Amino acid sequence: MTASSEGSVIETASYERHFVSRSLWQRIWRFRGAAPWLFIYCIFVVVGLGAPWIAPHEPNAQDLVGRLQPPVWETGGSTDHLLGTDHLGRDVLSRLIHGARISLLVVAVSVPLSVLLGSTFGLLAGLRGGLIDKLLMRLVDVQLALPAIIFAVLLASAYGASLRNVIIIIVVFRWAGFARLVRGEVLSLRERDFVLATRSVGASEARIAVRHIVPNIVDVVVVLATLDIAAVILIEAALSFLGVGVPPPTPSWGAMVSDGRSYITIAWWLALFPGLAILIVSLSGNLIGDWLRDFLDPKLRR
Amino acid sequence: MWRLLIPRLFQAILVVWIVISIVFFVTRVTGDPITFLAPIDASEEELDRIRDQNGLNDPLAAQYLRCLWNAARFDMGNSFRTGQPAFDEIESRLWPTVQLAVASLAFSLVFGVSVGVLSAVKRGTSIDLFARMVALLGQAAPNFWLGIMLILLFSVQFGLLPTGGNTSRTSIVLPAITLGSASSAAIIRLTRAGMLDVLKSDFVRTARAKGLPEHLILWRHTLRHALLPVLTVLGIQIGFILSGSIVVETVFSWPGMGRLMIQSINSSDYPVVQLGVMFTAILIVTANFLVDVCYSYLDPRISSSAI
Repeated sequence: MTASSEGSVIETASYERHFVSRSLWQRIWRFRGAAPWLFIYCIFVVVGLGAPWIAPHEPNAQDLVGRLQPPVWETGGSTDHLLGTDHLGRDVLSRLIHGARISLLVVAVSVPLSVLLGSTFGLLAGLRGGLIDKLLMRLVDVQLALPAIIFAVLLASAYGASLRNVIIIIVVFRWAGFARLVRGEVLSLRERDFVLATRSVGASEARIAVRHIVPNIVDVVVVLATLDIAAVILIEAALSFLGVGVPPPTPSWGAMVSDGRSYITIAWWLALFPGLAILIVSLSGNLIGDWLRDFLDPKLRR
Repeated sequence: MWRLLIPRLFQAILVVWIVISIVFFVTRVTGDPITFLAPIDASEEELDRIRDQNGLNDPLAAQYLRCLWNAARFDMGNSFRTGQPAFDEIESRLWPTVQLAVASLAFSLVFGVSVGVLSAVKRGTSIDLFARMVALLGQAAPNFWLGIMLILLFSVQFGLLPTGGNTSRTSIVLPAITLGSASSAAIIRLTRAGMLDVLKSDFVRTARAKGLPEHLILWRHTLRHALLPVLTVLGIQIGFILSGSIVVETVFSWPGMGRLMIQSINSSDYPVVQLGVMFTAILIVTANFLVDVCYSYLDPRISSSAI
């Protein structure tokens, strides 16, 4: 997430949500272009949740006789393994489906955690300022200098790779983005007329925060969280690719690409399909995020 | 200008100090380094001797101070694998990493800016559509996968470029493109948005009205303004490129620091990993500082406000 795209999230935030002039359906209809991407996302979630029932084979079942079988449409492919088999004879399609489950799990745990942690810190920093605020800004500097992958390398060298470590790394590196966004929003909202008016009629600071500030930052946080899903999927895949993420034999998309790399000259399908899966899911995450940003933009409402 | 850059310099040093402290904390306090230093079947006396030799029986504060002092001299002990000082190991891999980072930054700047400008000037045409698609895909494609697909296409299928290593002059082409892809995507988006914004402004209309040729308006007046937001994110992009280099070096067997770090993890060669993390942080902080210097040169307004 770059500074500038967060900036545009901030700019396009909706402050006056009670001025919805047209019906919701008309607005949704205008953004119907996002429907296919939303559909892909739903497939991703359904496949991830239902992996054990959908997958045609056990993802770790080896079959050394039938190893490196090509996909069904190539010569030598069979309908039993639609996307072929890998170097241990495991079914690529089944591993892809179970890989979606791992990605979904990492997203489902780490994104809400970073949102919660980041928003709380951001709110405190924005409302109180002072030490928390200074600390937050320094932390952002440090995170810039010690990117997630480097930190993951350090952690993996000290503790080894595990799913839990992947989630910890991702939360440690994603919450600050939310904190910075929420802090910026709070700082600008605090000076707005409607907050001043509420304060002048004697509302307490706590009431202003809960009733007037929080509802107005939900939109931008939702947009950033959607964009974050794509980023988290990419980080998880990169960590697994490097061997510092989810340890084998758990089927993870990044690790599948890494396995396929050694067989690239004789079995291109091993690296191609998991990479395509990552690409499509992260692409649709980005597009849905962009769409949500426009959708929630008050300037486009009328 | 110096009045602003000197606090920035201190800030940079502070960040490096915090990174070293994190490295110390993660490796010394929460993990027990003795597990890396001693053979598995070492006796209790042997363990104690090794602890003593490495100063692990000293108070934590003393260990921390020694760690800082060693870090200041880039001395993290000897590599477990080769027995050479970790610094020598890292040093020989530093240059290829810097080479690759500079090449991919150059690629993403040249490619990103020119495609972004074209896209803005030819707004709504198929060129624009193509540029926006490249930007979207570059942002979403995992770079390790993109690298493998490029190898498949250009090395395996067409046999045009080497598959990996650093053996010939063309070896750097594929890794640099792969590593620069995400940054190019960001730069295309920013340049396009910036150009569209500036092209609408009054001074461009004035320049057109006084009959200035279009290429002068574009390249001299508009682009200069449109590039400022690109420069702002350049520091962040350098961080992305340096952390991405770990992945891309692994894909292309590029003999750089990132690949060395991954190999060192696999062989539990822990001084090398520590020093590698420190060096990467220092490189990123230095690059960010240089971006700040450039920025204050290019935008005179900055010198009167904070960077």
